[in-house]
Amino acid sequence: MAVLELADAREPDLLQDADRLGLLRHMLAMRAVEERALKLYKQGRIPGSMYDGRGQEAISVAATWALAGADAVCSPLIRDLGAHLVRGTDLADIFRHYMGRRNPLSQGREGNVHFGDRRRGVVGMVSMLPDMMVVAVGLAMAFRMRGEQRCALTFFGDGATSRGDWHEAMNWAALDKLPVVFVLENNQMAYSTPTARQFAVDPVHRAAGYGIQACTVDGNDPEAVFGAVWHARRRALAGEGPTLVEAVTMRMHGHGAHDDARYVDPELVRTWSLRDPIDLFGARMRGRGADVVALSAEVDAEVEAAVQAALATPMADPATATDGVFCTAEPEPLGTGPSRYSGYAGAA
Amino acid sequence: MAQRTYLQAISDGLREEMRRDERVFVMGEDVGAFGGAFKVTDGLLEEFGAERVRDTPIAEAGIIGTAVGAAIAGLRPVCEMQFADFIACGFDQLVNVAAKMHYRLGLAVPLTVRLPSGGGFSGGPFHSQNPEAWFMHAPGLKVLAPSTPQDAKGMLAAAIRDPNPVVFLEHKHLYRRVRDEVPDGAYATQPRARLAREGTDATVIAYGAMVHAALEAAGGIDASVEVLDLRSLVPLDEEAILASVRRTSKVLVLDEANRTCAAGAQVASLIADRGFEDLDAPVRRLATPDVPIPFSPPLEQAVLPSVDAIGEAIRELLAY
Repeated sequence: MAVLELADAREPDLLQDADRLGLLRHMLAMRAVEERALKLYKQGRIPGSMYDGRGQEAISVAATWALAGADAVCSPLIRDLGAHLVRGTDLADIFRHYMGRRNPLSQGREGNVHFGDRRRGVVGMVSMLPDMMVVAVGLAMAFRMRGEQRCALTFFGDGATSRGDWHEAMNWAALDKLPVVFVLENNQMAYSTPTARQFAVDPVHRAAGYGIQACTVDGNDPEAVFGAVWHARRRALAGEGPTLVEAVTMRMHGHGAHDDARYVDPELVRTWSLRDPIDLFGARMRGRGADVVALSAEVDAEVEAAVQAALATPMADPATATDGVFCTAEPEPLGTGPSRYSGYAGAA
Repeated sequence: MAQRTYLQAISDGLREEMRRDERVFVMGEDVGAFGGAFKVTDGLLEEFGAERVRDTPIAEAGIIGTAVGAAIAGLRPVCEMQFADFIACGFDQLVNVAAKMHYRLGLAVPLTVRLPSGGGFSGGPFHSQNPEAWFMHAPGLKVLAPSTPQDAKGMLAAAIRDPNPVVFLEHKHLYRRVRDEVPDGAYATQPRARLAREGTDATVIAYGAMVHAALEAAGGIDASVEVLDLRSLVPLDEEAILASVRRTSKVLVLDEANRTCAAGAQVASLIADRGFEDLDAPVRRLATPDVPIPFSPPLEQAVLPSVDAIGEAIRELLAY
């Protein structure tokens, strides 16, 4: 099984300018939401902890942009807020969820990026990270069994590739050539453990060993991520099997807001800060005539309005703490999100 | 109605539900052409094809996890763990992914996991366990344990139709030893506790294979001994338990699982908490001591609750 080269995965001509503007808007929104949330955390308004994906915005935004509405996202992780934003989850509900206030996403039962939205085809994460890769394989299996033209996409980090469930998912998906796209965010750190202490053989080569097509792309370039995932999805629906897309990036903050990341080489962070995905893509878009400052101000205003709406919402009702352990009705189907990519315009 | 073994009844139940609902499918290790380690799925491949009777890799986390995905997508997977013991390899998927999904995210996971459980056949420490207590402690899972062929078929249908993840314990010792009249066609049995034998002097509370041991022991005693078959461990039919305590005032709680934190411990605690005023004797428990189930027949028989030991415990209770 070949390992695709970077050049094979990039195909920027797929994107229209409206797509590029959308990618930038959602990357800006992800950063604005998370910067605001970190402030709320420091003010004690967000309990528990707060996790952000600074520097990784291109990955979840562009990968989700490449999906059609019927495709499932299972599951966006703690540096993948962009996937929820692309699928259209309400900003105020996200802040309500972060703060443990009444909200339809988690009803206060969950926190930080542990949420999903069935109606938008987004399944929420669990903390045992590669667990949901197997679940994504199961979604793909169901799509195949019903003859539906849908694929499942799942995110995971470099650390997740050390667990047994990762290997079970790789093997299973390859065996049945299931329509699933695995997006590996190699941000070089699993909490405080660098990849050098995580694996002896690169996950891309391991995936190829399982019979899975794999490629490596620049995780700080949304067009590169988009191109790779778009190709992976096309392969998946053509019955050519799963693809692993490794997006190489760098975790620019600690694991969470509680972690000052003192164990990371500052020179590494400085080098990567020169490759900030929003700065680079913003500059590219300015060159194409986009008013990035105005777009950013628009996004900031939306985020601030969402924060105020969330702050005005009561906390979750303690009388509901033991509700909802069991489902008491016929399950609703997994919904479909919006197709953001212009190439799917007119598609169901 | 036809005479069916416990095993045939489970097989019938699966077949009827697959005919009734095209969303239902079976997967597990060797469930296809081989028909399953115990032949529960024998013949299903021929009738339903390889899409709905799926042989899987040896990957228990994969079996449970992909079933969760399929369930979220709207199907009704029934997973077979070849032996209940192997569920330990898929434990995380069951207790962390499946069980909490509805509470956390509002997603339903209509998933049934069939666990051939229990000892009595020299299976040794890895093929004889009764792991039900692991799952009773994980909110979000239902735990069923039928003791008769009629219940096995009806309760399996109830499990498959349930919108929640259900752990379905089928006792291997009963597969070919118990035979009963089983209604034809699909039916679902709501798993409330069942009075297996009425009595007034003492109650034995049991489930699974221990129901049969309790009935045999009760039949050999010159007293009116009631036997209550729990059928469901989660939810637990608390009112039926307390009603029986009120009738007889003396209770033996019987369990084939290891004693510490076994299902019977929860039952005994319930009675101490809410039935104390009705008791004429301390609640008595009989279970397997806290050892792995040994291989050699005399060693295995030495640890599993025997009919004689149950009879002796009932007599002591009656004499209190």
